[in-house]
Amino acid sequence: MIEFNRVTKAFRHGANARLLRAHLQDAIKRQKPDYFHALSNVSFRIENGESLAVVGRNGAGKSTLLGLVAGLAQPSEGRVSVEGRVAALLELGSGFHAELTGAENLRLNASLLGLSRARTEEVYDAIVGFADIGDFINEPLRIFSSGMLMRLAFAVAIHVDPDILIVDEVLAVGDVAFQAKCFERIRRFKADRKTLLFVSHAPVLVRELCERALWLDRGHVMMDGPVNQVLEAYEGQAGA
Amino acid sequence: MWNGDYQFLLSNLIQKDFKIRYRNMSLGVLWSLLNPLVTMGVLAFVFGRLLHSQQRNYPVFLLCGLVPFNFFSLAWGSATSSLVDSTSIIKRVAVPREVIPISTVLGNCLHLLIQIGLLLVFTLATGERVTWNWLWLPFIWGMFVALVCGLSLVSSAVNIYVRDTRYVVESFNAVLFWLVPIVYSFENISPRYAEVYRLNPVAAMVMALRRILMDAAAPAPSLLVQLSLGSLVTLGIGLFVFHRLKQSFYDYL
Repeated sequence: MIEFNRVTKAFRHGANARLLRAHLQDAIKRQKPDYFHALSNVSFRIENGESLAVVGRNGAGKSTLLGLVAGLAQPSEGRVSVEGRVAALLELGSGFHAELTGAENLRLNASLLGLSRARTEEVYDAIVGFADIGDFINEPLRIFSSGMLMRLAFAVAIHVDPDILIVDEVLAVGDVAFQAKCFERIRRFKADRKTLLFVSHAPVLVRELCERALWLDRGHVMMDGPVNQVLEAYEGQAGA
Repeated sequence: MWNGDYQFLLSNLIQKDFKIRYRNMSLGVLWSLLNPLVTMGVLAFVFGRLLHSQQRNYPVFLLCGLVPFNFFSLAWGSATSSLVDSTSIIKRVAVPREVIPISTVLGNCLHLLIQIGLLLVFTLATGERVTWNWLWLPFIWGMFVALVCGLSLVSSAVNIYVRDTRYVVESFNAVLFWLVPIVYSFENISPRYAEVYRLNPVAAMVMALRRILMDAAAPAPSLLVQLSLGSLVTLGIGLFVFHRLKQSFYDYL
């Protein structure tokens, strides 16, 4: 279960990578920091077994929303409640290291996602089998193609046995056969009454995987409802 | 919330640091031995031969200072930038953030163990003997590692907000080299400054180490109290500050 109750998330402009000089300037000038609202007053609720697509233009607040669900950031206002283990496939290769081999990255990633040592060894063969990247499993990650990287990342995430799976765009880099395998796996996952949160710019994938969609625009919820209706409205607006 | 296997996660992160550092080096772990040996050779030549230090067993005397100091400056320096270097983990995975600087410090402990081995071999090779007081070694090293963990928790978190923190730490370490009795002995310090000087926990560590290995005696109780109290208080403050700051890491990375 995921519930957002009047959630607002604001970031300070230029908050990252500040040097001491910038802090001192602020202190001297007593400037009021200006804020950028990535999400404004967003409320929704997803029950177990539901799958929700989040659509919207670049910069609409989709990634911020996923970050809040994954527990990476705290809301500025409002309440986020999430029940269950979350596995997030955000951005390809995050938490992976180019110099380590596929197998080493597999274990590192499993432990980052919260799997125990014993459980990792139990599902190791299943993960390698699902990723299906052959002998590359013992090669350093820097020689992997982006497709192979995605295969490994998806295989680990799905074997963590999450209650909530967050998939941000990454499926697009897989080939048709692997995409079909992922869809099959996600359908089984949904049949187990688990929750899927999916971000994609490909309407075909969205319709394939989700019944419900949430349309975000500049941090506001424009529409929340059955996937076809929301996509129609969104595409109509985008085309206009 | 994240409720995974801390021990498994830590061991994976430590192995990652270790493998990345050594995979592309032909000499591998030998570098961990070579570095203090070269520094010791140079210092022993300059201060021992050229400047005629009166210190007995000067090479071991130097190593007792260099091994803790090298660990301190390397571990603290690399842990300070560890959070910023792990942006891809912090922005994508909900692991407890404390694990990242602490695993960096513990990763440096692998090199430390190699260097302690070198120190002990040198100690025995130059005619010192093993005594029961060696049992103090694990305790004082444990306290020393706790001290570095505490400092690293604070500096790594502050480094996210103020990115030049790591340069401040580097400069501080460069100055610290001369404020720790590495090339000279604590007895040379003028009594006026001795009490202030003793507040430096790295100096306390070096003095305790020399007392155990070179004087075959237990470190003075006051020194042990100072070292443990200093370390545990620093660790406590580190955990507290880190906990307060970690809520906004995502926003500032």
